[in-house]
Amino acid sequence: MERDIKIAITSGKGGTGKTTVSTGLFYMLSKHLKYTVQLLDCDVEEPDCHIFIKALRTAGFPVTTFIPVIDTERCTFCGKCKSICAYNSLIMLPSASFIEVVEDMCHGCGACLYVCNEKAITEGVKEIGTVNCHEYHAGDDFIEGRLQVGSALQTRVIRETLNYAKQKGITLYDSPPGTSCPVVAAISKADYVIMVTEPTPFGLYDLKLMINTVRQLKKDHGIVINKAGLEFRRLYDYIKNENIPLLGEIPFKREYARDYSLGRILPETDSRLRDIFTGIIHKVLNGKTV
Amino acid sequence: MEKPFEIAILSGKGGTGKTSITAAFAALAENAVLADCDVDAADLHLILSPQVYFTENFSSGSRAEIENEKCTACGICMELCRFNAIEFDKKGYYCIDEYACEGCGLCAEACPAEAIRIKKYKNNSIFFSDCRFGPMIYGKLGIAEENSGRLVSRVRQYAKDIAVKNRKQLIFIDGPPGIGCPAISSVTGADLVVAVTEPTLSGWHDLKRLIEMVGKFHVSVYVIINKYDLNGDMAAAIENNLQEMGIATPRRLPYNDAMVFALLEGKTIMEFEPDGLMAGEINKIWNDIKTIIYEPESI
Repeated sequence: MERDIKIAITSGKGGTGKTTVSTGLFYMLSKHLKYTVQLLDCDVEEPDCHIFIKALRTAGFPVTTFIPVIDTERCTFCGKCKSICAYNSLIMLPSASFIEVVEDMCHGCGACLYVCNEKAITEGVKEIGTVNCHEYHAGDDFIEGRLQVGSALQTRVIRETLNYAKQKGITLYDSPPGTSCPVVAAISKADYVIMVTEPTPFGLYDLKLMINTVRQLKKDHGIVINKAGLEFRRLYDYIKNENIPLLGEIPFKREYARDYSLGRILPETDSRLRDIFTGIIHKVLNGKTV
Repeated sequence: MEKPFEIAILSGKGGTGKTSITAAFAALAENAVLADCDVDAADLHLILSPQVYFTENFSSGSRAEIENEKCTACGICMELCRFNAIEFDKKGYYCIDEYACEGCGLCAEACPAEAIRIKKYKNNSIFFSDCRFGPMIYGKLGIAEENSGRLVSRVRQYAKDIAVKNRKQLIFIDGPPGIGCPAISSVTGADLVVAVTEPTLSGWHDLKRLIEMVGKFHVSVYVIINKYDLNGDMAAAIENNLQEMGIATPRRLPYNDAMVFALLEGKTIMEFEPDGLMAGEINKIWNDIKTIIYEPESI
């Protein structure tokens, strides 16, 4: 029973186990359940899936953005570029014939290039990250977006990574934590959102933020509780009252924490976890009518 | 000290214990202002239960809007937009993908029919509050809001103003996970970064990227390996690697359930178990940091 579906794995709070769930699902779908599956690591600031997914890197493509190159000989210091720039990324001192681009502030929109009548601005290119492609198992691939350290344009790298999604089979997005633009960039392209949380007040508070986001985006969704064991009733009551499907619970065990620390895929080392992950997959696929 | 000393607590990887440790510092420092700059998921207030006395709406970005009546469907905007933020709606009209638009204003400038306006969004909030350890400022980003870096900078600016006005010598910045725009804004111009990591391959991978990012902004780093006993060998390996990079040997904190139990009661670990193991270890860390702040020449 093959179907085409895009599933984003997210969490409001960081460190709840997004990558544990993404890599576990990818492994189970590819190696055990024999689906056509692809994993996209969209947590471009800190892409960690590669630590768990041992796969051969087959290609890497740079992600670039526009950056203005200014010819001070041609520039008349009219100030049009500076006044249209929404990001305050141009510094100009006409009396000193000085104009400069603050590269860290520039979003690469190209508005300065458009308004310059003197042809003093030309198209430059700046690298902000890479997309790495890997072959995993039986034709299933793993794509990683990686932000260049020091760049603030993470959302752009995520969008570029999403362009590598295949339209066939199951696509998993490991998205960044939080609820801001990078997260929305990842989940706005998904059909289903798996939210990973933990039974603590931080986990619950951040889960509520995430639920607001997925509801606003009108996405089907369900919850996985990681590090389960702590009797934190408020989380379970909340999930029940809000009628949100609980897809599965991964218990907290020191062995699991240790396996994780060594970069092991959890369901690969433990048969009980294989059952839990299979349960999650069935609930996601059966809960959604495509 | 004329300018307050700003300490940013970051982690690269999420969930390493950054916020619980920040809260513990808040309990130990006597003269500090707290700034929660994890504006995506600000959690510090869950431990510190501050009383908010003022809320400011803050606009950190803008978005374009197309007026269907004026639009002549010339397609210039779609051609020019480098963010692919112009699309067709269900009726076939040109419209803005609000999640892709970065509010640059190019389309509005170029539109010959003047059918595009740039609208400011005011989804963000900044809360001014007092908690039992002093003044606390925190930001909350509207859903899907961009430019969280600008919100972080604003929260930090207010924290600085309040510190100067109230003669507070220290500012703690609880930073976001990651190394992108809001993390960079939390680091630039800070006096010290405390990086909280965990003994896992992911923790180490993310810490390396964080240290590299922080290095670009010329801020020094103090590392804490939290929950080190979840994998003692890995903790030792991280220490060796840091030593080779010329970074001072990190302090270790054990894995301890008391951190979660403290959180369930809305307390810092220093209040929950003042004579406990964790409190003792965090005290040592705090003494290290005080030395960095007040006697930098001795290091």
